Amino acid sequence: MADWYEARRYDVLVVGAGGAGLRAAIAAAEAGVKVGLVCKSLLGKAHTVMAEGGIAAALGNVDAKDSWEVHFADTMRGGQRINDYRMVEIFAKEAPERVYELERWGGLFDRTPDGKILQRPFGAHTYRRLCHVGDRTGLELIRTLQDRAVHSGVEVLMEVTLSRLLKDGDRVAGAFGYRREDGRFIVIGAKAVILATGGWGKVYKVTSNSWECTGDGCAMAYEAGAELMDMEMVQFHPTGMVWPPGVRGILVTEAVRGEGGILRNAKGERFMQAYDPKKLELSSRDVVSRSIYKEVEAGRGSPHGGAFLDISHRGAEYIKKKLPSMYEQFLKLADVDITKGPMEVAPTIHYVMGGVRVAPGEGASTVPGLFAAGEVAAGLHGANRLGGNSLSDLVVFGKRAGEHAARYVKGLDRAPRIDDGQADEERRLLLRPFDSGNTENPYELHADLQEVMGTHAGIARTGDGLRAGLDKILSLQERAERMRAAGSPLYNPGWHACRDVRFMLTLCEAILRSAIERTESRGAHWRLDFPDQDAGWGRKNLVVRRGDAGMTVSTRPVPEMPSGLARLLEATA
Amino acid sequence: MTEATLHVFRGDKTGGELRPYQVPLTEGMVVLDAIHYIQQHEDATLACRWNCKAAKCGSCGAEVNGKPRLMCKTRLDQFKGHPVTVRPLAAFPLIKDLVTDVSWNYRVNQEIPPFTPARDDTGPWRMYPEDVDRMFEFRRCIECFLCQDVCHVLREHDGTSRYYGPRFMVRIAGLEMHPKDTVSRAHLLRGRGGIGFCNITKCCEEVCPEEIHITDNAIIPLKERVADEYFDPWRALLRAFGGRREPRGT
Ligand code: SF4
Ligand code: SF4
Ligand code: FES
Repeated sequence: MADWYEARRYDVLVVGAGGAGLRAAIAAAEAGVKVGLVCKSLLGKAHTVMAEGGIAAALGNVDAKDSWEVHFADTMRGGQRINDYRMVEIFAKEAPERVYELERWGGLFDRTPDGKILQRPFGAHTYRRLCHVGDRTGLELIRTLQDRAVHSGVEVLMEVTLSRLLKDGDRVAGAFGYRREDGRFIVIGAKAVILATGGWGKVYKVTSNSWECTGDGCAMAYEAGAELMDMEMVQFHPTGMVWPPGVRGILVTEAVRGEGGILRNAKGERFMQAYDPKKLELSSRDVVSRSIYKEVEAGRGSPHGGAFLDISHRGAEYIKKKLPSMYEQFLKLADVDITKGPMEVAPTIHYVMGGVRVAPGEGASTVPGLFAAGEVAAGLHGANRLGGNSLSDLVVFGKRAGEHAARYVKGLDRAPRIDDGQADEERRLLLRPFDSGNTENPYELHADLQEVMGTHAGIARTGDGLRAGLDKILSLQERAERMRAAGSPLYNPGWHACRDVRFMLTLCEAILRSAIERTESRGAHWRLDFPDQDAGWGRKNLVVRRGDAGMTVSTRPVPEMPSGLARLLEATA
Repeated sequence: MTEATLHVFRGDKTGGELRPYQVPLTEGMVVLDAIHYIQQHEDATLACRWNCKAAKCGSCGAEVNGKPRLMCKTRLDQFKGHPVTVRPLAAFPLIKDLVTDVSWNYRVNQEIPPFTPARDDTGPWRMYPEDVDRMFEFRRCIECFLCQDVCHVLREHDGTSRYYGPRFMVRIAGLEMHPKDTVSRAHLLRGRGGIGFCNITKCCEEVCPEEIHITDNAIIPLKERVADEYFDPWRALLRAFGGRREPRGT
């Protein structure tokens, strides 16, 4: 152990303190191992607090006909059947118990008149399925888990950025990073590491994601040799704010449509009647996003390039009770009273379906000792995630990853060793932006990569566009070698941005390379040059991995559903 | 394009000063947008916290023109061209620029006994809308600590060793009023919690971005509960068994 870093040691290190990380930490601690939990922000501020609409679980409290089978079928269909059915089955079966568990831990949901947890309708869910509390379900979830975690013996390290996984041979041995407060380096030895670092919406300019969503976990996993999957699948949420400029992209919860909101174009037409006459506004997110996009392209967009979403017919009292934060958000930030008139909305990058490829139900990546849960893990959502399925994903697979990591740790015959050389290599990389010869501004590079992704890997894609985008990202990667940070490592956002940009550029490359390969349209991946679904591609997932000569992309067969489950899909179609 | 002048505190533990910045104004711009502009175009070392940019995470608290506010919710147009000063929350030790050390709050939270239902009461529970509705207000708290910043008890020398502060009165109220909770925190409130130090000035309530009625709905009922348990055990018993904690229908 060297003296230039702070050293910590845990059995299980959880990276990220959103819903998945907190739930994983609780599960590992309850299994009796020593757990450290690291977050980039303060505890309780993770992106999960932004989840508004609810948590999907087939409790059947409002629609008694709901069952795990229907939730399974909805989720598979939503994902256009390239999801891992084994994950979906576990998910649909276990989500209800995870919701009741939150309640036992002090979480409070809206109630039915007879005292049960209330459930609201949401896009592409057959039944009313989303347990919720107004439009701040994520806050309730994170607060509940946060209090449980800090009283379960989990040690929390706040405002720490981890930038490299340390390895002992092919196994994970811990992670390296720095304290944001003063730039002090930190080495965390761990027998197992669980990544719960969320998504990378920040590679796009118009996004509902916070500054934290730079995909550190996924990029670190890639650099450590783990396989990534479904990287081309990036979700546009149909409704983000469009005006004023400072709030462009901020989420307008799907619950607005769940509660009866109607989408109209500039001519006042309810255009979803043309695109999905059956489900209308409650069609799946990929369909609604494309529909808004097409309306704008056809010249029927709203003044700031979106559509109108109107909930005012539900009346002021109802809106203020069921959508209080939407009401506030529009009133304070956009001068719009949504109880009186429509809001203006447009698609915004919201979620990534792809990520670290994991063993279904265990969360184990292809690197021994490295686990992943939540948005950073791939497989559950396939080509498109249904609203409300994210929060249940976090608690179902967070718990499982925590348990399996603890089991893995208990089965080890010796603790992995830390190699100071790896830490030192990363230290030098981190400090490079302070070298005087450098000139590139990380904020400019970030804006440039966002521009590339928006232009070339946006809602509508073409092979030529994607390839041109890839060239630009590769040259940005070269410029990124020369990033410059001023000042000292003391709480220095400009310096922090340098590492973020490197991570994001890796993920941009993975998105583009995968999107080039998938020559069809499926879910969130819409290719203008291949507008139809292709049955062959429907049996394949794309896998990205680090090769000797750079990034490689290959295909993997989608696990085939046993006939019993396949019949469920036909039966409930 | 018109510009706004912001005087932003720059410095660390060793001292600092307000520095002026000119920032181009755009429609609907908030203080946090201006801070980001400065970071991106003038000085990338300017430190601040933020996450959601939609008044939902409680990270971006600062004192804007002397009043604790969320920077992401504070529109610049309300200042009508007058200069705007932005300083860090004064109740907490400074780290750098607009970032303060709020870790004390997390230590306090750890001292509060968590939600504890009866061991054999495993649900699913029946709780009626009227049982839970009044608790939602407390659960709305985004932990921005603006109320902590403004509370004169905490601001006084050593105040944080006497009183948990309004945020944690809200937290405890949410626990104490949960129909399924079985623990009493009255002793804690009277002792380490220091509820007696609050003299109901209501300053906390005025700055709460979630408009939680911190004093009327949390602190005053908690003071009553403490008084009952210490000085009027009969009334405490009546309250405990008189329906306040027992939801109907379970
Ligand atoms: S009412 Fe009490 S808690 Fe609120 S600011 Fe005044 S003294 Fe502090
Ligand atoms: S009670 Fe209000 S002011 Fe205090 S921390 Fe919570 S949200 Fe912020
Ligand atoms: S950034 Fe989340 S409250 Fe301001």
